[in-house]
Amino acid sequence: MAGLSFEPQAGVSNKEANAAFKKGLNKVYGWYTGGFLAFVLVLAVAEQMGLSRGAIGIVFLLATVALYAGIGIMSRTNDAAEYYVAGRRVPAIYNGMATGADWMSAASFIGMAGTLYLTGYGGLAFIMGWTGGYCLVALFLAPYLRKFGQFTIPDFLGARYEGNAARFVGILIAILVSFVYVVAQIYGVGLITTRLSGLAFEIGVFVGLGGILVCSFLGGMRAVTWTQVAQYIILIIAYLIPVVWLSVKQTGVPVPQAIYGSQLAKVTEREKQLIEDPKEKEVIAVFKQRADDLKAKIAGLPATLEADRTAAQKKLDDLRGANAPLAEVQAAEKALAAVPKDEAAAKTAWTAAQTAATGRTAQLAGMPRHGTAYAGDPNGDEKAQKAYNDSRRNFLALVFCLMVGTAALPHILMRYYTTPSVKEARQSVTWSLFFIFLLYFTAPALAVLVKYEVFNVLVGTPFDKLPAWIAAWGKVDPALLSIADVNKDGIFQLGEMRIGGDIIVLATPEIAGLPYVISGMVAAGGLAAALSTADGLLLTIANALSHDLYYKMIDPNAPTARRVMISKVLLLVVALLAAYVASLKVADILFLVGAAFSLAAAGFFPALVLGIFWKRANKWGAVLGMLVGVSVTFYYMATTQPWMRGIFGVTSPIADNTWFAIAPISAGVFGVPLGFAVIIIVSLLTPAPKPEIQELVEHVRYPNIKTA
Amino acid sequence: MQVSENHQRYWKKNLRITSILLAIWFVVTFVVAYFARDLSFTMAGWPFSFWMGAQGALLIYVIIIAYYAHYMNKLDIEHGVAEEE
Repeated sequence: MAGLSFEPQAGVSNKEANAAFKKGLNKVYGWYTGGFLAFVLVLAVAEQMGLSRGAIGIVFLLATVALYAGIGIMSRTNDAAEYYVAGRRVPAIYNGMATGADWMSAASFIGMAGTLYLTGYGGLAFIMGWTGGYCLVALFLAPYLRKFGQFTIPDFLGARYEGNAARFVGILIAILVSFVYVVAQIYGVGLITTRLSGLAFEIGVFVGLGGILVCSFLGGMRAVTWTQVAQYIILIIAYLIPVVWLSVKQTGVPVPQAIYGSQLAKVTEREKQLIEDPKEKEVIAVFKQRADDLKAKIAGLPATLEADRTAAQKKLDDLRGANAPLAEVQAAEKALAAVPKDEAAAKTAWTAAQTAATGRTAQLAGMPRHGTAYAGDPNGDEKAQKAYNDSRRNFLALVFCLMVGTAALPHILMRYYTTPSVKEARQSVTWSLFFIFLLYFTAPALAVLVKYEVFNVLVGTPFDKLPAWIAAWGKVDPALLSIADVNKDGIFQLGEMRIGGDIIVLATPEIAGLPYVISGMVAAGGLAAALSTADGLLLTIANALSHDLYYKMIDPNAPTARRVMISKVLLLVVALLAAYVASLKVADILFLVGAAFSLAAAGFFPALVLGIFWKRANKWGAVLGMLVGVSVTFYYMATTQPWMRGIFGVTSPIADNTWFAIAPISAGVFGVPLGFAVIIIVSLLTPAPKPEIQELVEHVRYPNIKTA
Repeated sequence: MQVSENHQRYWKKNLRITSILLAIWFVVTFVVAYFARDLSFTMAGWPFSFWMGAQGALLIYVIIIAYYAHYMNKLDIEHGVAEEE
């Protein structure tokens, strides 16, 4: 990576210097991409020569983290403009790539294709929501924020809404949202590090954290930007290669996005067969029987528990008496130990088992038909109609929250401060979405191709002829994949497999028959996705505290060097705190991510948009609007989401607390309109903002306004 | 600061293109998704509503943003508010 220099040149604001800078970047990243591919090839050859899987995983982990750290060290800086906004000379296309990596988290890279596999059309809410939001960024925010040209989102709120009240609320929301989101990312980093290296999860979290910190700690936005570009290149290559390969294997065409319609048609045809298949019905009947047995056992407590214990004890005694082989005796001892201790424990354990068994009595292993939109039936009975309407309403609400949340996440909006001009900010949104689009329109293709492999190829195969990857992944983690011959016919049925969403992306290289080195590359891609997002988020939190809280509100005379230093120290503290929370494995990751979007949408979007498009919006309206939006969203989650209910001790039934049957993940659908309404009503009831503020609004509306 | 008539025209045109593009965004996203069950006819081998959610809408989003950038960058020059480079 010789010649990688990010030192500012003299007179950077002129066009020629920017063009030369961009040319230099093209060269550096061209070599970098070639170097990465060569590195993968060398490892592939080494694998053929006998390099072990564990070694490949470690090499990938160390090489990529060292690479990011290297870029971080080369880009170290203490200059404020460089530290906060990368010197404002990031060309549109590179800012697009950096935003893409910043944007696409572990949830996008690893989780999304799995969600699509499990939920079919319903999963498309994430695809549409996480791309369509960029229309709102482009039309309402990016060019105006760039013209405003400060460092953070609370900066804008503070300037537009006259002072520290709005800025302070902005700081609180930015920290709340980013912290929730960064916990989810660090959790993802820990998961992948564990998989690549075999370290324990808690250690994995802190190793991954080291990679995040070296980068953002030394060079702030500048280091994060150039690392994110590097991470984008790795993650997109890692995502596309296995899918293209799988597509060639199945259809002979290397463009999965164009060809998977035909595979979807075959899957849909197969779904019809499987629903009617007598063998599948047999499997379902077995699970139904198990659920009924458990129900009877729970009803018969405590006598049934006693019977269980006696039976287990008797079997053990019989075996011991008959001098059975040691393994059998040990198994019987284990079975005895597994009998619940008391009535309460038995009730908990058996209820859980009953729920699990009942869950597997649905057709198609509980998955909806892939190409069919929404559950239920609009022309069916009352229950089917309600299911249809609820499912559709929740889909639309989720799309809305994800879109508006996209246009309100501070770590994304902050990126548009880094371009050289308003013009480039606009183009940069186009590039951002284009680079995100490359991955997002591939994910549904991947889900369908894997579904074809399972439904049309694997189902009906004898158990002893199943491919090796199934047994291998079952050993890694039974929660990701487990199979058992439930109806004892020696043939694999769909109902006999339990699959976790995260496996879809991770196992694709093996399903496609690629060497292990590609699996290592995919994990490295997932790591890049999680690290890059975590970098951007941590920087947002640290900046909100050091720049907005300390510099703007506490000590406006603080010298630059001290501000940057404080930001770095805070970064370290916040990162450690987030890693600590992540290592507790608190809540469901998808909920954390969704909550971040809903909260950001309700907190920021109305105040930002009205601040630009409505001069009359004033500070009272904005402060109250932001607070009400976030509070309502938070309240709805606290009363309807199981984990949050546990924390806040809410015990009333969930159904009493939901409004229009909306899921807690989409709580922003109430917060956003309410936020708008409060800002408008309160602003109209209180005096208009000062003339200087109205001038500021004019100032951000025109890229270059000459005072007449 | 007095905003000239030229600037007001520029801002009006900006609001107009923003509303038009926003309307397209809304139809592609929410109207199509609302009627997804009714729009599941087959188009070139795909169920239409599935294709829209998985690819069509995304393509249109990219086009909306690219067109907006192109239109506004031209409008800046026409109304003399483009930045000096």
